[in-house]
Amino acid sequence: MTDLKPKDFASSLDVRWCPGCGDYAVLKSLHKMLADTGAKLEDTLCVSGIGCSSRLPYYMATYGFHTIHGRAPAIASGAKLANPDLDVWVFTGDGDGLSIGGNHLLHALRRNLDMQIVLFNNQIYGLTKGQYSPTSQKGMRTPSSPGGTVEMPLNPARFAIGAGSKFIARSIDTQAKVLGPILQAARDFDGTAFVEVLQNCVIFNDGVFDHLKDKKQGPDHTIVVEHGQPMVFGVNKDKGIRVKPGGFGLDIVSLEEDGVTEADLLVHDETNHALAVALAELGEKDGEPTVLGILFREQATEFGTASRIGLPEKPLSMTEKLIHLSATLRAAETWDVEEDAA
Amino acid sequence: MQNGLEHSTTTRELPVSQQPEVDYVRVRFAGDSGDGIQMTGTRLAESAARFGNDIATFPDFPADIRAPSGTIYGVSAYSLNIGHTEVDTFGDETDALVALNPAALRKYLEGVKQNGLLIIDMDAFTERAITKTGFSTNPLEDGSLSSFRVLPLEITSNTEKALKETGLSAKDARRSKNMWTLGLVLWLFERSTADVEHWIEQKFHKKPDVAKANIMALQAGHLYGEVTDLPPDVSRYRIQPAPLMEGEYRSINGNEGMAYGLYAGATLADLELFYGSYPITPASPLLHTVAKLKELGAISFQAEDEIAAICAAIGASYAGHLGVTGSSGPGIALKTEAIGLAIMTELPLVIVNVQRGGPSTGLPTKTEQSDLFQAIWGRNGDAPLPVIAPAHPGECFDMGVEAAKLATKHMTPLMVLTDGYIANASAPWKLPDFSDPAYAPFPVKKATDPEGFLPYDHDPDTMARPWAVPGTADLMHRIGGLEKQAGSGNISYDGENHQLMTQIRAQKLEAIAKSIPPQHVESGEATGKLALLGWGSSWGPIRVAARRAELEGKSVSHIHLRHLWPLPPNLEELLSGFDRVIIPEMNNGQLATVLRSQMDVPVESVSCVKGRPFLVREIAKIIEDALGASS
Ligand SMILES: Cc1ncc(C[n+]2csc(CCOP(=O)(O)OP(=O)(O)O)c2C)c(N)n1
Ligand code: SF4
Ligand SMILES: [Mg+2]
Repeated sequence: MTDLKPKDFASSLDVRWCPGCGDYAVLKSLHKMLADTGAKLEDTLCVSGIGCSSRLPYYMATYGFHTIHGRAPAIASGAKLANPDLDVWVFTGDGDGLSIGGNHLLHALRRNLDMQIVLFNNQIYGLTKGQYSPTSQKGMRTPSSPGGTVEMPLNPARFAIGAGSKFIARSIDTQAKVLGPILQAARDFDGTAFVEVLQNCVIFNDGVFDHLKDKKQGPDHTIVVEHGQPMVFGVNKDKGIRVKPGGFGLDIVSLEEDGVTEADLLVHDETNHALAVALAELGEKDGEPTVLGILFREQATEFGTASRIGLPEKPLSMTEKLIHLSATLRAAETWDVEEDAA
Repeated sequence: MQNGLEHSTTTRELPVSQQPEVDYVRVRFAGDSGDGIQMTGTRLAESAARFGNDIATFPDFPADIRAPSGTIYGVSAYSLNIGHTEVDTFGDETDALVALNPAALRKYLEGVKQNGLLIIDMDAFTERAITKTGFSTNPLEDGSLSSFRVLPLEITSNTEKALKETGLSAKDARRSKNMWTLGLVLWLFERSTADVEHWIEQKFHKKPDVAKANIMALQAGHLYGEVTDLPPDVSRYRIQPAPLMEGEYRSINGNEGMAYGLYAGATLADLELFYGSYPITPASPLLHTVAKLKELGAISFQAEDEIAAICAAIGASYAGHLGVTGSSGPGIALKTEAIGLAIMTELPLVIVNVQRGGPSTGLPTKTEQSDLFQAIWGRNGDAPLPVIAPAHPGECFDMGVEAAKLATKHMTPLMVLTDGYIANASAPWKLPDFSDPAYAPFPVKKATDPEGFLPYDHDPDTMARPWAVPGTADLMHRIGGLEKQAGSGNISYDGENHQLMTQIRAQKLEAIAKSIPPQHVESGEATGKLALLGWGSSWGPIRVAARRAELEGKSVSHIHLRHLWPLPPNLEELLSGFDRVIIPEMNNGQLATVLRSQMDVPVESVSCVKGRPFLVREIAKIIEDALGASS
């Protein structure tokens, strides 16, 4: 354990997000979690793409790489493969990670290399001044969709499940109590941990998550799931999720109505893949809560460990390498030319 | 690496000859993709090389993976030139064509010289096969081959006969017909079958039956030559060993040489090699070769696309490895934005472009050198990057070392241009001796001292910035694609600073220009009437044609660029010593255009984009047109 404080994880640069931007809160949770967990500045690497959210590495006192639009997972993968001892974080946006960088995100999640990918979902292209993004709600009017979008939005958690992600979590930017432990669990996970943060863009998409965040009404629209705990939610803890009786899928129920009790409710099992799919989709329809917390977590082969099998146990010296190379070159047929061959 | 580069050329400084069939013979094996043509050709090449001949090869296989048998587009061929003198090309014409079916004959007859030898498997010339190929009558009977010496043999049935006692089915026995043919050709070159037998034993040590059948077929073919009365006009070829420099040799193709050279370069820089790539013809064998170096510590990563491949390599370089990525034109195009990032972040990175015919998907299996503009200028912003190019397969290893050296010494991405021809052609290669000063280590010094550490502080000689890798205490810093404040490396939108940083990036190339060897003359005098200026794989044909013309007393010099960008500082002065400078290149005049923008010497361009290297006679024609037949 080092005795670094959260502020020690902040770089000396002034943070230049718009006042009130949700990104501040995420940065704060991150600083705190890293300090609490005893992370070392020199062993932490933050990699990002392009976007407002991708500025985050500049505000970290760790190593950082602000790369190009969409490619952060690939650059982070190379760095992690080169040095497995690094604690590698990727920060990306809904445009960066799901639009231009969708392919890299897909393959990073499928490979399961030990790193954390935090996706700031503000349902908008912030940095380029407010065009709709792949997660923008249908019908949204933006400068590039004056008549409202006609595209179906993408659900990042569902995408992650489809890609074969082994750790999927969701949080709200300002809910440090939920976000902090998720970031901690993501860091602890041996594989690629995917964290979607619902982030408010005060300038171009202000308030899209207000109904989820609202101190009073929010609990009626969100559920924070915890492994082994029954799925109860609501301002009065009077709602729950159960398996649709006689069917397939989930039902949102009110406790004490129709004789439903807590015993009828689902208990969260974060290793249940089918459940994770259903949980990821909840919230897309009216009356459903948006699921927060760790939706899915399953230990599986970590890509770095698997891909290192066959490498030398410890790095070879220059001399050893040249000896091996000489032998490899001579594994083909060789012949000698004598001085007087002609 | 000046010495290293010189060294690889001088092993091949041999007499030049003009007498085919005395000093060199050009043989082409052609048949169905399934006939084992590539293996047969490679074995003859290997055997000739071991005997001490100089060789140049040109494998030419169909673009289709499993082309239907008997079709012209399904023909696979392997050409090789076996010499007592120096051979630098696979030859304009064929002295002897071995055609295992009618399609092979039809496809390659045109390249056979007058009175050349045709060895034909008559058994494959059934009526059906002949008409399928598009011959209207049987060429063996209609007199159309009268200007050649034809040796029609029953290769298939002879093979079956030879293997009768093994108990193999006729179908299995026929598989060995390439070995029967090879036996005969070895006899024709007065070579024994011993080396090939040894190779077969090793290759099929787990399948002794297959090994035995192949060896029996090989010996039968050889014996056939020995005991059969061949027509009087078929004589054997006696090619003496070439006076190669003494040493230990193997044959190598350009992709193998480059992969091993990059590993050697990373090693001499005291770094681990990280190779990120996405499969593409003709660059994939680089990935395959590095993948086999895992036990030696090389990391290979097959990424989801070319962008991810280079990005992973950049990430690995940031983390302290030597990041390398390889591809061909279309893939390099995808990598463009990331190359700019590597330039902005001043990280060492090697990008290998094994060029092929373009634009777009172009001619994937054919060679071309038309990505020079892309390499030098093909990025947004003022984004300079050094570009180097090996001249032939035997030089790729040293160029891989050179690439690692320049990239780490100057902290820059660098591009190596090879092409489909260099990548696939093989040549005898003198194995490197790592105690040779040419391979003196150049270990990289990474930053460790926080005292006065500034990530964008530049060494005045090399213009390198310090390389501080994540994991190093107290050197935490942030880099990225946004413009950097000189020194601190913090984000800067300041115009004056951008001007300064643009200059610094340009000065990096000036520093490299100072450290590369001065341009030398490959053959001929340092001044004169005509200089043929080449780069990359046009080396072979230019060399042969220029040296022959010189023997005839013509004033022709061959100058070959290995460092294309920055150009060697003495190039302008050197070129101005010639009345005319002509650039034969396998593109539409790109090097000529580059040089016109850089120097005051008039240069002329001759273009050849026919999917193959220049022919020697095409270069000879350039010389003749420029100097007249007898000047
Ligand atoms: C190759 C490339 N294309 C386009 C851009 C312009 N661009 C920068 S950020 C961005 C979208 C960012 O949206 P998102 O990832 O959601 O990040 P946010 O700003 O919302 O945090 C775009 C289109 C770019 N920088 N590079
Ligand atoms: S534009 Fe939106 S996302 Fe970007 S900094 Fe401002 S509030 Fe944050
Ligand atoms: Mg966004």
